[in-house]
Amino acid sequence: MTATPIDKPMPLKTTKLSHTAVFWIGFAVVMAVLVVAPLVLPEFWRRFLTEILIWGLLAMSSDLLIGYTGMVSFGHSAFFGLGAYGAAGALLNSNPPNLWLAILAGLGGAAGAALFVAYFSTRLRDIYFAITTLIFSQIFYVIIFTWTNVTGGENGLIFSRPHFTIPFLVDMRFTSMTMHWFVLAMVTGSYLILRRVTQSPFGMVLQSIRENEARTRAIGYPVQRYKIVAVMLSGLFAGLAGALYGIQNQFAAPDFVFFVTSGDTVIFNVMGGIGTLVGPIVGAGFFQLLRELLARLFGDQFPYLIPLGLIFIAMIIFLPQGLLGFARRWLNR
Amino acid sequence: MHTLAAFFASIPFDQILIQTVNGIVTGMILALVASGLTLIFGIMDVVNFAHGELFMLGAYIGVIVIAATGSFWLALVVSSLTIAILGAALQIVALRPLIGRDPLTTILATFGMSLVLQNFALWQFGPTARRIGEPITANFQLFYLTYPWYRLLIAVLSAAIIGGFWLFLKYGKYGVWIRATTQDRVMAQAMGIPVPLVYTGVFAIGAAMAAASGVLFAPLSGVYHTMGLDWVLRAFIVVVVGGMGNLLGSVAAAIFISLLEAYASLWVSPAQAVIVSFVVLIVTLLVRPTGLFVPTPK
Amino acid sequence: MSAAEQVAAAEHLVAVEGLHTYYGKSHILDGVSLNVGRGEVVALIGRNGVGKSTTLKSIMGLVPATAGTVVLDGTPITNLPPHKIARLGIGYVPEDRRIFRALTVMENLRTGLDRHGVTDERKRALLDKGFTFFPRLAERRSQAGGTLSGGEQQMLAIARAMMLEPKIILLDEPTEGLMPRMVSQISQIIEVLHKEGVAILLVEQNVPLTLASSQRVYFMEKGAIRHHCMASDLDVHHPLIKQYLGV
Repeated sequence: MTATPIDKPMPLKTTKLSHTAVFWIGFAVVMAVLVVAPLVLPEFWRRFLTEILIWGLLAMSSDLLIGYTGMVSFGHSAFFGLGAYGAAGALLNSNPPNLWLAILAGLGGAAGAALFVAYFSTRLRDIYFAITTLIFSQIFYVIIFTWTNVTGGENGLIFSRPHFTIPFLVDMRFTSMTMHWFVLAMVTGSYLILRRVTQSPFGMVLQSIRENEARTRAIGYPVQRYKIVAVMLSGLFAGLAGALYGIQNQFAAPDFVFFVTSGDTVIFNVMGGIGTLVGPIVGAGFFQLLRELLARLFGDQFPYLIPLGLIFIAMIIFLPQGLLGFARRWLNR
Repeated sequence: MHTLAAFFASIPFDQILIQTVNGIVTGMILALVASGLTLIFGIMDVVNFAHGELFMLGAYIGVIVIAATGSFWLALVVSSLTIAILGAALQIVALRPLIGRDPLTTILATFGMSLVLQNFALWQFGPTARRIGEPITANFQLFYLTYPWYRLLIAVLSAAIIGGFWLFLKYGKYGVWIRATTQDRVMAQAMGIPVPLVYTGVFAIGAAMAAASGVLFAPLSGVYHTMGLDWVLRAFIVVVVGGMGNLLGSVAAAIFISLLEAYASLWVSPAQAVIVSFVVLIVTLLVRPTGLFVPTPK
Repeated sequence: MSAAEQVAAAEHLVAVEGLHTYYGKSHILDGVSLNVGRGEVVALIGRNGVGKSTTLKSIMGLVPATAGTVVLDGTPITNLPPHKIARLGIGYVPEDRRIFRALTVMENLRTGLDRHGVTDERKRALLDKGFTFFPRLAERRSQAGGTLSGGEQQMLAIARAMMLEPKIILLDEPTEGLMPRMVSQISQIIEVLHKEGVAILLVEQNVPLTLASSQRVYFMEKGAIRHHCMASDLDVHHPLIKQYLGV
């Protein structure tokens, strides 16, 4: 047996964690924090966090278009709003109001809007696409605002929150904590699905369209069809966000559909970092937190959108990849 | 046939006459707003989401000047100049750094600008609308109806401003610079034309046009911080229908859409009449996405 | 630049030293160095794709240089905005002419005229000179640039650059796509410009014209200058010509 010289250091065994391992560990940590949070946070912040998740879901749905397909959409307010109104419709017309029906109805409403918008807007590229989605969201706004019989017009619709039901197993009212966990489950599920989509062959084609649309078409892909599917997928998740928002807050208002909501969504995307899926959620959180902070420091009447707008413009110029942009490649591997 | 006759009998002809003139008047203002927008897009490739806010701020400055001096015409001039300077400043600070980047960043930047400007107006001027009086309150005889002179004046002035600018573009010294830059930015630079300055100038001109429209329109509707929103949306529809970058197309589209809306408002509420412009947009996108009034699809 | 380099540079009208440019990841110019004296006609010869046009564009500031310097009459102009370089006295006539098609001939010329400190008289004088050199353009002065023939467009492109009263004109493949009759006209134009004291950096594939018009020749290959000699040392059948231009 050869003796190991004392002055030679023992080689340290370093296990290099695979990328997948690091990702899932990080994921688990974040999930743990989000699950535990409502247990320790006061009521206001609990609801605040839940709302950030919902806005985050909306922004994440928009990221599929902006970050992965390269199409900036200002029409997400339409999908969001119709998700809320769809859910409202289901809740007001079913007895007892059924949670799953509401979500389904919300998804259906959003899908309808998405199909309509997709069919017309995807004919155009880039800037023209952005403008037409904006105009379409306003079309929906006008329809909802003026069709008072069905949509409640200016006042919107008010309804009560459904119970959380699993047929034959569970029937309980939502508390703000259980609501949070439900929303968290929905948002997490959506993230995982969207992540799967972006990493699938379909997602690869979308990214190829973003990189060079002409070349993708030249290779033989039916680009417009891919775009339509992308818009519909994006619309579906935006509609889910709308349905959740309606259920959480128990009302649906025309303001949901007003294009300012789309604008906010785009801001969350840019601030958080496009093409990362989670970036927009962070962006939504950042925006809402800043807004809350400004309101607390300077009072409710303070025009918080002025400094926020300025920060937004500054970020576009100086930090175009957004808060999480640096991690973009890593998150997408 | 009988229903058709009944339908025609029910049309109030004097109202149609008034709505025709109204449509042309609104159309000309819309044309002026849209001209600035299509100019900025055609020459600089920038979609100016803040255009409506420049319109709105122009109107507010008009209010301030009228309150201070009582002169509507002075207000028009001061407002246009002030907003031109503001436009130039905005372009230099926020848009010049973005030249050469993805054109979508300029949409986002101008969107951010519109947020800031709109909320600034809300903060400074409050939510209640301000009113300014028309500079000319006399009416004239339009066949057997009375119609205010001022509205006609708006249409004439808008046409004059657009026409004046078109002449400047065609024959003016710097008009050549602008046209050369639009056609070939690289060669324009190689010929010594200071392209960054041209861009700032064009943005300033577009902003001035928006401000002028704002002041002209203010007596008709009052001045409030969201007034830009209604106009900018319609202006975008006009620009798409008229063909982006096409000045004459925008004018034609603006009048066309405004006439249709004016007629529609005989039967439905104004809030719903705006659906007409949406329908025209959809038809354009289906049939001729490059613009209804573009002579040959490019 | 060191003091000695600066002194050396000042002696030439245009001095290019160690120019590197990239297109994405492709290294297009790999340390190009050349110079042009006052009133000299210097040719840049090489096969397609070696970087001749890119060299001209880099001098003009149209393509950013990642390293190296360009000095005009003692003033460093590396990476200045192109419109400033044009006003400092460099005229650019690109490979595809690139006249403003929707502008009239007159308006094309005017783009170079509306500079600081140019009196109306001088503008008129410059225009007259242009029209004297190119009577065909005078005939067509109100016609849109896009309606001119290829040869006329080439003349317009050169006339347009002359409106800048340049110290040097960068001429990129002026005879490309032109009929033989027009080629001899280009030859005459280069001679006239040379007599006027305007320096020319000429990129050309037409060897006889190049050798007849230039004083010095640079040979370029793969993004760098490989050889340099007087035009009088060369003739059409010279082995160097075959080496750097041959297939």
